[in-house]
Amino acid sequence: MSSVSSSAYPDTKEPAAERTPRPEWPLWEIFIRGQHGLNHRHVGSLHASDAQMAISNARDVYTRRNEGVSIWAVRSADIVASAPSEKGPLFDPADSKVYRHPTFFDIPEEVGHM
Amino acid sequence: MYAQMVKTDGTGIKSSEQMTPEERAFQERIDADSRIEPKEWMPAGYRKTLIRQISQHAHSEIVGQLPESNWVTRAPTLERKAILLAKVQDEAGHGLYLYCAAETLGISRDEMFEQLHSGRAKYSSIFNYPTLSWADIGTVGWLVDGAAIMNQVPLQRTSYGPYARAMVRICKEESFHQRQGFHIMMQMAKGTEAQRRMAQDALDRFWYPALMMFGPSDADSVHSAQSMAWKIKIDTNDGLRQKFVDQTVPQAEYLGLTVPDDKLAWNADKFGEGKGGYDFSEPDWDEFFAVISGDGPCNAERLGARVKAWEEGAWYREGLMANAAKQADRQPAQAAA
Repeated sequence: MSSVSSSAYPDTKEPAAERTPRPEWPLWEIFIRGQHGLNHRHVGSLHASDAQMAISNARDVYTRRNEGVSIWAVRSADIVASAPSEKGPLFDPADSKVYRHPTFFDIPEEVGHM
Repeated sequence: MYAQMVKTDGTGIKSSEQMTPEERAFQERIDADSRIEPKEWMPAGYRKTLIRQISQHAHSEIVGQLPESNWVTRAPTLERKAILLAKVQDEAGHGLYLYCAAETLGISRDEMFEQLHSGRAKYSSIFNYPTLSWADIGTVGWLVDGAAIMNQVPLQRTSYGPYARAMVRICKEESFHQRQGFHIMMQMAKGTEAQRRMAQDALDRFWYPALMMFGPSDADSVHSAQSMAWKIKIDTNDGLRQKFVDQTVPQAEYLGLTVPDDKLAWNADKFGEGKGGYDFSEPDWDEFFAVISGDGPCNAERLGARVKAWEEGAWYREGLMANAAKQADRQPAQAAA
Protein backbone atom coordinates (compact mmCIF):
# COMPACT_ATOMS: atom_id res chain seq x y z
CA MET A 1 0.00 0.00 0.00
CA SER A 2 2.61 2.46 1.06
CA SER A 3 3.95 4.24 -1.96
CA VAL A 4 7.27 5.22 -0.49
CA SER A 5 8.70 1.74 -0.23
CA SER A 6 7.65 0.56 -3.65
CA SER A 7 9.97 0.45 -6.65
CA ALA A 8 9.27 1.60 -10.18
CA TYR A 9 8.30 -1.85 -11.46
CA PRO A 10 6.14 -4.72 -10.31
CA ASP A 11 7.99 -7.36 -8.33
CA THR A 12 10.02 -9.61 -10.54
CA LYS A 13 9.42 -13.20 -9.66
CA GLU A 14 12.59 -15.17 -9.57
CA PRO A 15 11.83 -18.43 -11.29
CA ALA A 16 15.09 -17.94 -13.17
CA ALA A 17 16.88 -18.55 -9.89
CA GLU A 18 15.52 -22.09 -9.81
CA ARG A 19 16.96 -22.92 -13.20
CA THR A 20 20.11 -20.80 -13.18
CA PRO A 21 21.92 -20.71 -9.87
CA ARG A 22 23.78 -17.49 -10.66
CA PRO A 23 22.25 -14.09 -10.02
CA GLU A 24 21.54 -11.70 -12.88
CA TRP A 25 23.58 -8.55 -13.20
CA PRO A 26 21.55 -5.88 -11.43
CA LEU A 27 19.25 -3.56 -13.35
CA TRP A 28 20.17 0.12 -13.69
CA GLU A 29 18.04 3.06 -14.80
CA ILE A 30 19.81 5.34 -17.26
CA PHE A 31 19.39 9.11 -17.49
CA ILE A 32 20.98 11.11 -20.31
CA ARG A 33 21.56 14.82 -20.65
CA GLY A 34 20.98 15.77 -24.28
CA GLN A 35 22.97 18.34 -26.21
CA HIS A 36 20.89 21.34 -25.36
CA GLY A 37 21.49 22.07 -21.71
CA LEU A 38 18.44 20.09 -20.67
CA ASN A 39 17.91 18.04 -17.54
CA HIS A 40 19.04 14.45 -17.46
CA ARG A 41 16.11 12.49 -18.78
CA HIS A 42 15.20 8.84 -18.22
CA VAL A 43 15.87 6.84 -21.41
CA GLY A 44 15.59 3.24 -20.27
CA SER A 45 17.39 0.60 -18.30
CA LEU A 46 20.12 -2.00 -18.68
CA HIS A 47 21.97 -4.69 -16.76
CA ALA A 48 25.52 -4.20 -15.50
CA SER A 49 27.64 -5.80 -12.80
CA ASP A 50 28.82 -2.48 -11.37
CA ALA A 51 28.56 1.29 -11.76
CA GLN A 52 31.44 1.64 -14.17
CA MET A 53 29.99 -0.97 -16.50
CA ALA A 54 26.57 0.67 -16.22
CA ILE A 55 28.06 3.89 -17.59
CA SER A 56 29.95 2.23 -20.42
CA ASN A 57 26.98 0.04 -21.38
CA ALA A 58 24.74 3.11 -21.31
CA ARG A 59 27.16 4.81 -23.68
CA ASP A 60 26.83 1.89 -26.11
CA VAL A 61 23.11 1.30 -25.75
CA TYR A 62 21.70 4.81 -25.48
CA THR A 63 24.13 7.27 -27.11
CA ARG A 64 25.21 5.71 -30.41
CA ARG A 65 24.06 8.79 -32.30
CA ASN A 66 25.25 11.70 -30.19
CA GLU A 67 22.16 11.66 -28.01
CA GLY A 68 23.98 12.84 -24.93
CA VAL A 69 26.78 14.71 -23.21
CA SER A 70 26.35 13.19 -19.74
CA ILE A 71 25.05 9.95 -18.23
CA TRP A 72 23.55 9.13 -14.85
CA ALA A 73 23.10 5.51 -13.82
CA VAL A 74 21.01 4.59 -10.78
CA ARG A 75 20.32 1.11 -9.53
CA SER A 76 16.66 0.35 -10.26
CA ALA A 77 16.34 -1.13 -6.77
CA ASP A 78 17.22 2.28 -5.32
CA ILE A 79 14.41 4.12 -7.11
CA VAL A 80 11.47 5.04 -4.94
CA ALA A 81 8.21 5.51 -6.80
CA SER A 82 4.73 6.71 -5.98
CA ALA A 83 1.96 4.15 -6.34
CA PRO A 84 -0.58 4.53 -9.17
CA SER A 85 -3.36 4.18 -6.58
CA GLU A 86 -2.13 7.36 -4.88
CA LYS A 87 -2.43 9.44 -8.00
CA GLY A 88 -5.62 11.08 -6.70
CA PRO A 89 -4.47 12.13 -3.23
CA LEU A 90 -1.10 13.28 -4.59
CA PHE A 91 -2.10 15.26 -7.62
CA ASP A 92 -5.80 16.16 -7.44
CA PRO A 93 -5.32 18.99 -4.91
CA ALA A 94 -3.51 21.01 -7.59
CA ASP A 95 -6.65 20.97 -9.75
CA SER A 96 -8.49 23.51 -7.61
CA LYS A 97 -5.65 26.03 -7.44
CA VAL A 98 -6.04 27.72 -10.78
CA TYR A 99 -4.76 30.99 -9.27
CA ARG A 100 -1.29 29.48 -9.40
CA HIS A 101 -1.30 30.13 -13.15
CA PRO A 102 -0.60 33.68 -14.36
CA THR A 103 -3.53 33.57 -16.79
CA PHE A 104 -5.88 33.53 -13.78
CA PHE A 105 -5.36 37.28 -13.40
CA ASP A 106 -6.82 39.66 -15.96
CA ILE A 107 -4.55 42.65 -16.38
CA PRO A 108 -5.93 45.58 -18.43
CA GLU A 109 -4.30 46.02 -21.81
CA GLU A 110 -3.19 49.60 -21.07
CA VAL A 111 -0.86 48.26 -18.35
CA GLY A 112 1.21 46.67 -21.09
CA HIS A 113 3.17 43.45 -20.98
CA MET A 114 3.47 41.84 -17.58
CA MET B 1 6.34 -9.56 -38.14
CA TYR B 2 9.27 -9.60 -35.77
CA ALA B 3 6.57 -10.93 -33.52
CA GLN B 4 4.69 -13.54 -35.55
CA MET B 5 1.69 -15.53 -34.41
CA VAL B 6 1.81 -14.23 -30.86
CA LYS B 7 -0.78 -16.21 -28.96
CA THR B 8 -3.19 -13.79 -27.34
CA ASP B 9 -4.30 -14.73 -23.86
CA GLY B 10 -7.95 -14.68 -22.98
CA THR B 11 -11.12 -15.97 -24.55
CA GLY B 12 -11.77 -13.19 -27.02
CA ILE B 13 -13.21 -9.77 -26.57
CA LYS B 14 -15.59 -9.25 -23.70
CA SER B 15 -18.50 -6.89 -24.04
CA SER B 16 -18.61 -3.93 -21.71
CA GLU B 17 -21.23 -5.72 -19.55
CA GLN B 18 -19.10 -8.84 -19.24
CA MET B 19 -16.12 -6.89 -17.94
CA THR B 20 -15.32 -6.34 -14.30
CA PRO B 21 -15.25 -2.66 -13.25
CA GLU B 22 -11.44 -2.78 -13.34
CA GLU B 23 -11.40 -4.26 -16.83
CA ARG B 24 -13.91 -1.70 -18.02
CA ALA B 25 -11.89 1.23 -16.64
CA PHE B 26 -8.78 -0.26 -18.24
CA GLN B 27 -10.43 -0.65 -21.65
CA GLU B 28 -11.83 2.90 -21.46
CA ARG B 29 -8.33 4.26 -20.89
CA ILE B 30 -7.04 2.32 -23.89
CA ASP B 31 -9.93 3.51 -26.04
CA ALA B 32 -9.06 7.08 -25.03
CA ASP B 33 -5.47 6.48 -26.24
CA SER B 34 -4.05 6.75 -22.76
CA ARG B 35 -0.81 4.81 -22.07
CA ILE B 36 -0.62 2.03 -19.53
CA GLU B 37 2.45 2.19 -17.30
CA PRO B 38 4.31 -0.64 -15.51
CA LYS B 39 2.80 -0.60 -12.04
CA GLU B 40 -0.76 0.15 -13.05
CA TRP B 41 -3.46 -2.48 -12.93
CA MET B 42 -3.82 -4.51 -16.13
CA PRO B 43 -5.68 -7.72 -17.01
CA ALA B 44 -3.51 -10.81 -16.57
CA GLY B 45 -4.06 -11.69 -20.23
CA TYR B 46 -2.80 -8.28 -21.36
CA ARG B 47 0.35 -8.72 -19.29
CA LYS B 48 0.98 -12.28 -20.50
CA THR B 49 0.35 -11.46 -24.15
CA LEU B 50 2.60 -8.42 -24.01
CA ILE B 51 5.44 -10.37 -22.38
CA ARG B 52 5.13 -12.95 -25.15
CA GLN B 53 5.00 -10.33 -27.90
CA ILE B 54 7.76 -8.02 -26.64
CA SER B 55 10.14 -10.85 -25.77
CA GLN B 56 9.57 -12.47 -29.16
CA HIS B 57 10.32 -9.14 -30.76
CA ALA B 58 13.48 -8.80 -28.64
CA HIS B 59 14.62 -12.33 -29.48
CA SER B 60 14.18 -11.52 -33.19
CA GLU B 61 16.44 -8.49 -32.90
CA ILE B 62 19.13 -10.54 -31.14
CA VAL B 63 18.95 -13.59 -33.42
CA GLY B 64 18.70 -11.20 -36.39
CA GLN B 65 22.31 -10.20 -35.79
CA LEU B 66 23.52 -13.65 -36.75
CA PRO B 67 22.76 -13.78 -40.50
CA GLU B 68 24.34 -10.35 -40.88
CA SER B 69 27.38 -10.90 -38.71
CA ASN B 70 28.24 -13.66 -41.19
CA TRP B 71 29.21 -10.88 -43.61
CA VAL B 72 31.05 -8.48 -41.30
CA THR B 73 34.43 -10.03 -42.15
CA ARG B 74 33.48 -10.42 -45.81
CA ALA B 75 32.12 -6.95 -46.55
CA PRO B 76 33.46 -5.69 -49.90
CA THR B 77 34.95 -2.43 -48.57
CA LEU B 78 36.09 -1.04 -45.24
CA GLU B 79 33.25 1.49 -45.34
CA ARG B 80 30.65 -1.23 -45.92
CA LYS B 81 32.17 -3.20 -43.07
CA ALA B 82 31.92 -0.22 -40.69
CA ILE B 83 28.30 0.38 -41.77
CA LEU B 84 27.38 -3.27 -41.28
CA LEU B 85 29.01 -3.32 -37.85
CA ALA B 86 26.99 -0.24 -36.88
CA LYS B 87 23.80 -1.90 -38.09
CA VAL B 88 24.49 -5.13 -36.21
CA GLN B 89 25.23 -3.07 -33.10
CA ASP B 90 21.89 -1.29 -33.54
CA GLU B 91 20.13 -4.66 -33.64
CA ALA B 92 21.72 -5.55 -30.30
CA GLY B 93 20.53 -2.19 -28.95
CA HIS B 94 17.01 -2.81 -30.23
CA GLY B 95 16.97 -6.17 -28.49
CA LEU B 96 18.07 -4.51 -25.26
CA TYR B 97 15.42 -1.75 -25.42
CA LEU B 98 12.78 -4.43 -25.86
CA TYR B 99 14.05 -6.78 -23.15
CA CYS B 100 13.95 -3.79 -20.77
CA ALA B 101 10.37 -3.04 -21.79
CA ALA B 102 9.39 -6.67 -21.14
CA GLU B 103 11.15 -6.64 -17.77
CA THR B 104 8.87 -3.83 -16.59
CA LEU B 105 6.04 -6.39 -16.79
CA GLY B 106 7.64 -8.63 -14.15
CA ILE B 107 9.68 -11.20 -16.11
CA SER B 108 13.44 -11.44 -15.63
CA ARG B 109 16.00 -11.18 -18.43
CA ASP B 110 17.40 -14.62 -17.63
CA GLU B 111 13.95 -16.13 -17.78
CA MET B 112 13.44 -14.71 -21.29
CA PHE B 113 16.83 -16.05 -22.39
CA GLU B 114 15.93 -19.43 -20.97
CA GLN B 115 12.70 -19.41 -23.00
CA LEU B 116 14.62 -18.56 -26.16
CA HIS B 117 17.41 -21.07 -25.62
CA SER B 118 15.08 -23.92 -24.75
CA GLY B 119 13.05 -23.24 -27.90
CA ARG B 120 9.88 -22.35 -25.97
CA ALA B 121 9.92 -18.75 -27.22
CA LYS B 122 9.71 -17.96 -30.91
CA TYR B 123 11.56 -15.43 -32.98
CA SER B 124 10.85 -14.21 -36.50
CA SER B 125 10.95 -16.91 -39.18
CA ILE B 126 12.99 -14.67 -41.48
CA PHE B 127 16.22 -15.16 -39.56
CA ASN B 128 16.23 -18.88 -40.24
CA TYR B 129 17.19 -18.30 -43.86
CA PRO B 130 20.88 -18.19 -44.83
CA THR B 131 22.69 -15.12 -46.18
CA LEU B 132 24.61 -16.64 -49.08
CA SER B 133 25.98 -13.60 -50.92
CA TRP B 134 26.72 -9.92 -50.29
CA ALA B 135 23.51 -9.08 -52.16
CA ASP B 136 21.64 -10.90 -49.39
CA ILE B 137 22.87 -8.26 -46.95
CA GLY B 138 21.44 -5.58 -49.22
CA THR B 139 18.18 -7.49 -49.53
CA VAL B 140 17.89 -8.03 -45.79
CA GLY B 141 18.24 -4.29 -45.16
CA TRP B 142 15.87 -3.38 -47.97
CA LEU B 143 13.15 -6.00 -47.49
CA VAL B 144 13.50 -7.34 -43.94
CA ASP B 145 14.12 -4.00 -42.27
CA GLY B 146 11.58 -2.45 -44.64
CA ALA B 147 8.96 -4.96 -43.47
CA ALA B 148 9.99 -4.38 -39.87
CA ILE B 149 9.47 -0.62 -40.22
CA MET B 150 6.03 -1.25 -41.68
CA ASN B 151 5.06 -3.05 -38.50
CA GLN B 152 6.95 -0.94 -36.00
CA VAL B 153 5.82 2.54 -37.03
CA PRO B 154 2.22 1.92 -35.90
CA LEU B 155 3.49 0.20 -32.73
CA GLN B 156 4.86 3.56 -31.57
CA ARG B 157 1.21 4.19 -30.64
CA THR B 158 0.78 0.92 -28.78
CA SER B 159 -1.02 1.12 -25.44
CA TYR B 160 1.84 -0.04 -23.20
CA GLY B 161 4.10 2.94 -22.43
CA PRO B 162 7.52 1.23 -22.20
CA TYR B 163 6.85 -0.75 -25.40
CA ALA B 164 5.72 2.36 -27.29
CA ARG B 165 8.78 4.30 -26.13
CA ALA B 166 11.13 1.47 -27.15
CA MET B 167 9.45 1.53 -30.57
CA VAL B 168 10.05 5.27 -30.94
CA ARG B 169 13.76 4.74 -30.38
CA ILE B 170 13.87 1.76 -32.71
CA CYS B 171 12.01 3.49 -35.53
CA LYS B 172 14.42 6.42 -35.40
CA GLU B 173 17.28 4.03 -36.09
CA GLU B 174 15.61 1.57 -38.43
CA SER B 175 15.43 3.86 -41.42
CA PHE B 176 19.22 3.84 -41.70
CA HIS B 177 19.06 0.04 -41.95
CA GLN B 178 16.63 0.02 -44.83
CA ARG B 179 18.39 2.76 -46.75
CA GLN B 180 21.83 1.19 -46.42
CA GLY B 181 20.33 -2.06 -47.74
CA PHE B 182 18.71 -0.37 -50.71
CA HIS B 183 21.97 1.45 -51.38
CA ILE B 184 23.81 -1.87 -51.59
CA MET B 185 21.13 -3.11 -54.00
CA MET B 186 21.43 0.03 -56.16
CA GLN B 187 25.14 -0.54 -56.55
CA MET B 188 24.76 -4.23 -57.32
CA ALA B 189 21.81 -3.81 -59.70
CA LYS B 190 23.69 -1.17 -61.67
CA GLY B 191 27.02 -3.00 -61.47
CA THR B 192 28.39 -5.80 -63.61
CA GLU B 193 26.12 -8.48 -65.06
CA ALA B 194 27.36 -10.91 -62.38
CA GLN B 195 26.45 -8.42 -59.64
CA ARG B 196 23.03 -7.83 -61.16
CA ARG B 197 22.40 -11.59 -61.24
CA MET B 198 23.46 -11.81 -57.61
CA ALA B 199 20.99 -9.03 -56.70
CA GLN B 200 18.18 -10.79 -58.60
CA ASP B 201 19.02 -14.11 -56.96
CA ALA B 202 18.86 -12.51 -53.51
CA LEU B 203 15.45 -10.97 -54.28
CA ASP B 204 14.23 -14.33 -55.60
CA ARG B 205 15.16 -16.07 -52.38
CA PHE B 206 14.02 -13.38 -49.90
CA TRP B 207 10.76 -12.17 -51.46
CA TYR B 208 8.44 -14.84 -50.06
CA PRO B 209 10.19 -15.19 -46.69
CA ALA B 210 9.80 -11.39 -46.39
CA LEU B 211 6.05 -11.67 -47.10
CA MET B 212 5.85 -14.39 -44.43
CA MET B 213 7.19 -11.95 -41.84
CA PHE B 214 3.71 -10.48 -41.46
CA GLY B 215 2.30 -13.88 -40.50
CA PRO B 216 -0.68 -15.72 -41.99
CA SER B 217 -3.97 -13.94 -42.49
CA ASP B 218 -5.52 -13.03 -39.17
CA ALA B 219 -8.60 -11.35 -40.51
CA ASP B 220 -10.94 -13.77 -38.70
CA SER B 221 -8.84 -14.45 -35.62
CA VAL B 222 -10.50 -13.77 -32.25
CA HIS B 223 -7.03 -13.57 -30.69
CA SER B 224 -5.97 -10.81 -33.05
CA ALA B 225 -9.23 -9.00 -32.35
CA GLN B 226 -8.44 -9.02 -28.62
CA SER B 227 -4.88 -7.78 -29.22
CA MET B 228 -6.26 -5.03 -31.44
CA ALA B 229 -8.80 -4.02 -28.80
CA TRP B 230 -5.92 -3.77 -26.35
CA LYS B 231 -3.97 -1.77 -28.96
CA ILE B 232 -0.94 -4.01 -28.76
CA LYS B 233 -1.59 -4.93 -32.38
CA ILE B 234 -2.53 -2.03 -34.60
CA ASP B 235 -2.97 -3.41 -38.13
CA THR B 236 -4.00 -6.76 -39.57
CA ASN B 237 -1.30 -9.00 -41.03
CA ASP B 238 -2.91 -8.82 -44.48
CA GLY B 239 -3.16 -5.05 -44.31
CA LEU B 240 0.54 -4.68 -43.52
CA ARG B 241 1.54 -7.21 -46.18
CA GLN B 242 -0.44 -5.32 -48.82
CA LYS B 243 1.18 -2.07 -47.78
CA PHE B 244 4.61 -3.68 -47.97
CA VAL B 245 4.03 -5.05 -51.47
CA ASP B 246 2.61 -1.75 -52.71
CA GLN B 247 5.65 0.08 -51.40
CA THR B 248 8.29 -2.42 -52.49
CA VAL B 249 7.30 -3.30 -56.06
CA PRO B 250 8.09 0.19 -57.45
CA GLN B 251 11.44 0.05 -55.64
CA ALA B 252 12.24 -3.28 -57.33
CA GLU B 253 11.26 -1.71 -60.66
CA TYR B 254 13.62 1.17 -60.00
CA LEU B 255 16.40 -1.35 -59.44
CA GLY B 256 15.46 -3.14 -62.66
CA LEU B 257 14.88 -6.36 -60.72
CA THR B 258 11.95 -8.72 -61.17
CA VAL B 259 9.73 -9.69 -58.25
CA PRO B 260 9.45 -13.50 -58.49
CA ASP B 261 5.67 -13.63 -58.83
CA ASP B 262 3.84 -14.32 -62.13
CA LYS B 263 0.57 -13.16 -60.64
CA LEU B 264 1.89 -9.78 -59.53
CA ALA B 265 -0.23 -7.07 -61.17
CA TRP B 266 -1.52 -3.63 -60.30
CA ASN B 267 -5.24 -3.70 -59.57
CA ALA B 268 -6.50 -0.14 -59.80
CA ASP B 269 -9.71 -0.90 -57.93
CA LYS B 270 -8.61 -3.67 -55.57
CA PHE B 271 -10.31 -2.16 -52.55
CA GLY B 272 -13.12 -0.35 -54.34
CA GLU B 273 -13.77 3.37 -54.53
CA GLY B 274 -10.70 3.81 -56.66
CA LYS B 275 -8.33 2.49 -54.01
CA GLY B 276 -5.79 0.34 -55.79
CA GLY B 277 -3.24 -2.22 -54.72
CA TYR B 278 -1.13 -4.99 -56.17
CA ASP B 279 -2.54 -8.48 -56.60
CA PHE B 280 0.15 -10.92 -55.55
CA SER B 281 0.72 -14.58 -54.70
CA GLU B 282 0.64 -15.79 -51.12
CA PRO B 283 3.83 -17.33 -49.79
CA ASP B 284 3.96 -21.06 -49.08
CA TRP B 285 2.37 -21.20 -45.62
CA ASP B 286 3.41 -24.81 -45.07
CA GLU B 287 6.99 -23.64 -45.33
CA PHE B 288 6.25 -20.84 -42.88
CA PHE B 289 4.76 -23.18 -40.29
CA ALA B 290 7.74 -25.50 -40.62
CA VAL B 291 10.24 -22.65 -40.18
CA ILE B 292 8.44 -20.99 -37.26
CA SER B 293 8.18 -24.30 -35.40
CA GLY B 294 11.91 -24.97 -35.68
CA ASP B 295 12.33 -26.74 -38.99
CA GLY B 296 13.80 -24.08 -41.27
CA PRO B 297 17.14 -24.07 -43.08
CA CYS B 298 19.07 -22.40 -40.24
CA ASN B 299 17.03 -22.85 -37.04
CA ALA B 300 19.48 -25.24 -35.41
CA GLU B 301 22.46 -23.12 -36.39
CA ARG B 302 20.92 -19.89 -35.05
CA LEU B 303 19.81 -21.31 -31.71
CA GLY B 304 23.08 -23.20 -31.43
CA ALA B 305 25.03 -19.96 -31.81
CA ARG B 306 22.88 -18.26 -29.16
CA VAL B 307 23.21 -21.09 -26.64
CA LYS B 308 26.95 -21.33 -27.24
CA ALA B 309 27.43 -17.60 -26.65
CA TRP B 310 25.32 -17.77 -23.48
CA GLU B 311 27.08 -20.79 -22.03
CA GLU B 312 30.57 -19.68 -22.95
CA GLY B 313 29.88 -16.26 -21.41
CA ALA B 314 28.78 -17.71 -18.06
CA TRP B 315 32.26 -17.48 -16.46
CA TYR B 316 32.43 -13.81 -17.50
CA ARG B 317 29.04 -12.90 -16.07
CA GLU B 318 29.78 -14.73 -12.83
CA GLY B 319 33.29 -13.35 -12.56
CA LEU B 320 32.14 -9.77 -12.88
CA MET B 321 29.43 -10.28 -10.27
CA ALA B 322 32.01 -11.77 -7.90
CA ASN B 323 34.29 -8.81 -8.59
CA ALA B 324 31.48 -6.31 -7.98
CA ALA B 325 30.65 -7.99 -4.66
CA LYS B 326 34.30 -7.90 -3.62
CA GLN B 327 34.64 -4.22 -4.51
CA ALA B 328 31.47 -3.41 -2.57
CA ASP B 329 32.85 -5.20 0.49
CA ARG B 330 36.11 -3.29 0.31
CA GLN B 331 34.48 0.08 0.01
CA PRO B 332 31.54 0.09 2.41
CA ALA B 333 31.98 3.82 2.97
CA GLN B 334 31.58 4.61 -0.69
CA ALA B 335 28.55 2.36 -0.99
CA ALA B 336 26.91 4.20 1.88
CA ALA B 337 27.77 7.65 0.57
